[in-house]
Amino acid sequence: MSIDIDHITKSFGTFRALDDVSLNLPRGELVALLGPSGCGKTTLLRIIAGLEIADSGRILLDGQDATEKHVRERQVGFVFQHYALFRHMSVFENVAFGLRVKPRKERPAEADIRRRVNELLDLVQLGWLKDRFPSQLSGGQRQRIALARALAVEPQVLLLDEPFGALDAKVRKELRRWLRRLHDELHISSIFVTHDQEEALEVADRIVLMHKGRIEQIGSPQQIYEEPATSFAYSFIGNVNAFRGKVEGSFVRVGSDLLAHARTDLAEGEPVVAYARPHDTEIVPDAPEASGVAARVNRVLSNGGISRVELIANGPERGGAKDYFEVEVGSDDLARLGLANGQRVRLRSRRLSLFRDQASG
Amino acid sequence: MAGAAASLAGRLSVSTTHFEDRLATRDSSLVKALILGISLTFFALFIVLPLILVFVEAFRKGWETYIASLTDPDAISAIKLTLLAAAIAVPLNLIFGISAAWAIARFEFRGKQFLITLIDLPFSVSPVVAGLIYVLLFGAHGWFGSWLQANDIKIIFAVPGIVLATIFVTFPFVARELIPLMQSQGREEEEAAIILGASGLQTFWRVTLPNVKWALLYGVILCNARAMGEFGAVSVVSGHIRGETNTMPLHVEILYNEYQFAAAFAVASLLALLALVTLILKTYVEWQAERNAAVENDQ
Repeated sequence: MSIDIDHITKSFGTFRALDDVSLNLPRGELVALLGPSGCGKTTLLRIIAGLEIADSGRILLDGQDATEKHVRERQVGFVFQHYALFRHMSVFENVAFGLRVKPRKERPAEADIRRRVNELLDLVQLGWLKDRFPSQLSGGQRQRIALARALAVEPQVLLLDEPFGALDAKVRKELRRWLRRLHDELHISSIFVTHDQEEALEVADRIVLMHKGRIEQIGSPQQIYEEPATSFAYSFIGNVNAFRGKVEGSFVRVGSDLLAHARTDLAEGEPVVAYARPHDTEIVPDAPEASGVAARVNRVLSNGGISRVELIANGPERGGAKDYFEVEVGSDDLARLGLANGQRVRLRSRRLSLFRDQASG
Repeated sequence: MAGAAASLAGRLSVSTTHFEDRLATRDSSLVKALILGISLTFFALFIVLPLILVFVEAFRKGWETYIASLTDPDAISAIKLTLLAAAIAVPLNLIFGISAAWAIARFEFRGKQFLITLIDLPFSVSPVVAGLIYVLLFGAHGWFGSWLQANDIKIIFAVPGIVLATIFVTFPFVARELIPLMQSQGREEEEAAIILGASGLQTFWRVTLPNVKWALLYGVILCNARAMGEFGAVSVVSGHIRGETNTMPLHVEILYNEYQFAAAFAVASLLALLALVTLILKTYVEWQAERNAAVENDQ
């Protein structure tokens, strides 16, 4: 089902969790709500489910106003971060729960319940665990059982709260791929909450990037990664080098150094922050008159064809710490540069993105 | 009472086996023998000996006296009254305990901490004071005394007073067991149940109650033991009218004061038996709860 979120606002005491959020999600997509902790993503998910009530605004499911609809009637499936499996029930009974609590008229016959639960357990490939209790399962298995349980009532939309948050790295990667495959089979509209950008970029059709209760950017993973719309989007997604300075003609003055840029719409002297991805940043030898930000090589991490060079800014400390930069260098370039720890170099960027600097403005 | 104050959940996590196995933390055998010796001596002297004495004294004049003491009309009336008081107090405190624990574990409200403290009040106040409160409220010279008299309702020196006093002293048992457990379990399972379409009642019966059933049973057992054994508060409000307002503990006292030792100990032996049954039940429930907890933590 399609989901329309219409000017939703929600506060907890004086903390504004969601600030006038609007969002349209077409049917059948796998959407990631991405953002740092406290950005309001879980609150938004719980409001869609009906577990929280918004202070103002509407939720429309399939075009129908569901704001006043009870959780039970919304036909949503919800997978909790810590699974929330019923600890005193076997795996089978956990999955069967949603069918067993239906009103007598709608409740399937016992044989149908058994068939349906077995189908779902096969779908999540855990049929052999059906007599176990949740405590006897691994984290990944619990997650899949929680998903099977949510799917048992044939929800119109599936909501997942940090679905892989509590799992170790390897299981996480496996489950990620598995969730994507499952979504491609079932085509059920799904929204999952995550703070892990890699997870969102890998799994989702569409990413909704959130920050401080507002939506920063909505787009495909590629758009989000390659064309970050805001300063926050740039700094949150992927590794990035940030240079803070002031506009000076076609340059940004960073401390005593200059960085070339191509923007023409910025006023002279405006404080800006310039972002460059590690693979778009280049290291050039230090020379007195050269452009580029001066830095000192801290470490060179070589593994495979691409090496990562970690550098420390020459400029003054900000907030008690030096700025760190990271540059990805091909092995050929690395050999040509002959970098040694402590060596002074300059950094330039092939692709610099400028944003007005709110922090210093 | 101190035993009841520590919650069931807290007692389950302690394990000493690893401690014993390790050379570094093992005590010398002399220390071990000494500590064991002290505690066993105390145990024998202060717990086992009196318990045996109760039964020995009860049967001193033979089976016939024993049976006669128990089938005496006053004794039977005391037993009945004790059972009645427990049969009213325990279910009421069960309902109160569940709703109080629910309110504290699930809702945020002003004065929550105060309510938690208040629930413990019957533990901290002397039972005699508890009894006096009711006398002050409902006695002939109490706040509601004249109104009650005008309407011909008897509370003090009658069965209602005994039931009230019993409810007061057994008030915290169920709630105390449930609150920490329900707080630690959180509400996610209940939310999951509701999203899956369960009604409030279905959620309670199928999810909430099974998750707390062992703690609940444990609380009920302790509550019942106290309800039947309570002396102080009941003594104040009872008036000691034989065959009418005497509970078993009060009956024991009266018989003893009248030098009917064998009869006194016969009734006392019933109370002691009740205590033993309670202990066995309690151990069983603890064992079950521990097993459940072990299954829940087993990965």
